[in-house]
Amino acid sequence: MKISGFWIGIVLVLAAGFVLAGVADNQFLFFAGYVVLQGLIMAVAWNVLGGFTGYVNFGSAGFFAIGAYTAIALHQFAELPLLVLIVIAGIVCGLIGLGTGYLTLRLRGVYFAIATLAMAIVFESLITNWDYVGGSAGAYVITPAEVPFFDSFIEMMFILMLVLSLICVAVSRYLSMSRMGRGLASIRDDETAAECMGVPTLRLKLISTTVMGVMMGVAGAPFPFFVTYINPLSAFDLLIAVNAIAMPMIGGTAVWFGPVIGALLLGTIQQIVTVTISSELNILIVGVVLIGFVALAPRGIVGLFQDFARKRRGGGK
Amino acid sequence: MDASLFLNAIAAGILLGGFYAAVALGLSIVFGQLDIVNIAHPAFIVAGSYLVFALNGGFGLDPVIAGILLMPIFFAVGVFVYRVYYAAFERTGRESLAGLAFFFGLMFVIEVLFIIFYGVDYRLVEADYIGKQIEIGLVGIPWRMLVPFCAALVMTGAIYLFMSRTFLGRAILAVSQDRLALQLMGADPVKIKQIAFGIGIATAALAGALLIMIGPVEPTIGRLYIGRIFAIIVLGGMGSIPGTLVAALIIGLSESIVTTYIGPSWAPTVAFGFLLITLAVRPQGLFGRL
Repeated sequence: MKISGFWIGIVLVLAAGFVLAGVADNQFLFFAGYVVLQGLIMAVAWNVLGGFTGYVNFGSAGFFAIGAYTAIALHQFAELPLLVLIVIAGIVCGLIGLGTGYLTLRLRGVYFAIATLAMAIVFESLITNWDYVGGSAGAYVITPAEVPFFDSFIEMMFILMLVLSLICVAVSRYLSMSRMGRGLASIRDDETAAECMGVPTLRLKLISTTVMGVMMGVAGAPFPFFVTYINPLSAFDLLIAVNAIAMPMIGGTAVWFGPVIGALLLGTIQQIVTVTISSELNILIVGVVLIGFVALAPRGIVGLFQDFARKRRGGGK
Repeated sequence: MDASLFLNAIAAGILLGGFYAAVALGLSIVFGQLDIVNIAHPAFIVAGSYLVFALNGGFGLDPVIAGILLMPIFFAVGVFVYRVYYAAFERTGRESLAGLAFFFGLMFVIEVLFIIFYGVDYRLVEADYIGKQIEIGLVGIPWRMLVPFCAALVMTGAIYLFMSRTFLGRAILAVSQDRLALQLMGADPVKIKQIAFGIGIATAALAGALLIMIGPVEPTIGRLYIGRIFAIIVLGGMGSIPGTLVAALIIGLSESIVTTYIGPSWAPTVAFGFLLITLAVRPQGLFGRL
C-alpha cells in the first residue's frame, strides 16, 4: 500500500508541474521553482552521504560546479543536447564521488569534512586556471529563444528540474528503505561495529558517495543554461554548500523525506526573502536557522513531529 | 635561476609562514587540544580584521595595538561560544556532526553580518610603516610583512610559555590528554576548556589585525584560510605549538615558491597537497603525539 502511495504522489506532483507549466504565465514562478528544486536535489544528494552514513561533505559546491563546468566544456566542444550533458556530468561527478569514497578509508569524521572542503577549493583553483571554460572571467551560454512543446525555455528547465528531483527523491528513498539503508545507518551509528558484524562498509560508502556525486553533478549541469553566464565564483558559491547541509538538518537527516521538507521550506523562504527584502538577509536567515535547528532540534522538523506525536499518544493513555 | 628572485621568494615565504602561525595558533589549541572543530575560526579572524579596521579608521590606532586591545573582548566571546557549544552539543554527546554544522552556520552568520554592515568592498588599514620596506642586499623586506611576522612570533612564544610553564596551561594540556583523570584531581574540565577556547578566539583578534596589515580584507576572505589552517595543524601534529610554527613556515615557504615560479592562482592547492600527503603518510604530523 505504502509503495503505491509514494508512486501516486510522484505522478501527481509531475502532473501538477505540467499543469502549472501550461497555465501559469508568470515567468518568475519558474525561475523561483527551478532554484528551489536545484536546492532540493543538492539537499537529497547531501543526505545520501551525510544523513545516511554520517560522513559530512562540506564540498557540495565543488561537485555542483564540476557538474556545471563539465556541461560547459562539452558545450564548447560540441553542441550536444542538454540531456546528454546532464548524463555525462552525472558520470564525471559520480567518478569524483567514488574517489571521495576511497578517502573515507583513511579520513574519518572531521578529517573527511575538512578534506572535502579543501577539495572544493582545489577544484576552484583548477577551473580558474582552465582557459577553455573561461577561466576566472567566466563563460557565456546562448540559450534557444524557442523550444518545442513548451511556451519558453525557462518552463522547459523547470519541468526538467522537476523530473530530475523526483528521480533523485525516488533513488534516495530506495537507498534508505532497502537492506542497503540499514547497512548505511549502521555505518553512521558505529562504523567499527558494523565492520565487525560483516557489513560491507567500504562498498556501501562507495555507493553512497558515488550516488551523492552523480546527483550533485546532475543538479549542476543545467545551471549554466539556466543563468546563461557562469564563473568560478558563482559556481563554487559556498551558499550552495551551506544550503545542501542546512536543508537536510532542518528537515531531518535520518529519513529520506527530511531533506525534501527542509528544501521546500527553506528554499521557498529564501525566494520570498530575496525578492521582498534582500539577498544578504536571505543568507543570514539560512545561517541562523541552521544554528537554531542543530542546537535546539537535532532531528529536524521530522523529529519535532515524531516527538509531538509520541507525547500525544503518551498523554492519551 | 635568478638569485634575487629566489632569495626574495624565500624571504617572503618565511614572513608569510610566521603570519600563518598566528592564524593557525588559536585553532591549534581549540582543535588540537580540545577536539572542537571550530571551522568558524577564520571568520573570527576576519571579524578581528574589521574591528581593527574600525579602530584604526576611527581613532587612528596602530593595527597591532588595536588587535591586542581587542583580545579580552574576543576572549569573552570565545567563552560565551564555548558555553553555548557545551550546553547544546558536548553535554549531550553529539558534537561530531551537529557541532560541525553549528560552526559552519556560525561562520556563515559572521560573514554575512560583515557583508551587511561593511559591504563586499576590500578594506585596509593605515600606519606609517605600511608601504615602506628595508633592503638587505638583493632582498627587499616590506614592513607590512615584517611587523606581522614579529607579532606572530611573540604571540606564539607567549602561548608556548603559557602552555608549558603555567598551572592553567598545563591544566589545558591535561584536559586534552585525560579528561577523567583531571576530574578525579578535583578540577572542572568544562571551566578549563572554556578558558582554553577563549584563548583560542583571543588569538584571532591579533591574527585579524595582522591579516588586514598584510593585505586588504573582504568579509569572505576567511574561507581561503580554512584549508591552510587545518593543513598546518595536521602537519604540525594536532595541538603542538612548536609543530604549528614549523608547519606554518613550511606551508608559507612552499606557497611563496609556488606563487613565484608557477603562479599565484595555484597557491591555494599547496596546503591541500600537504594535508593529503600528511594524512596518508604520517597522520600524527611532524610533532605529533599518538
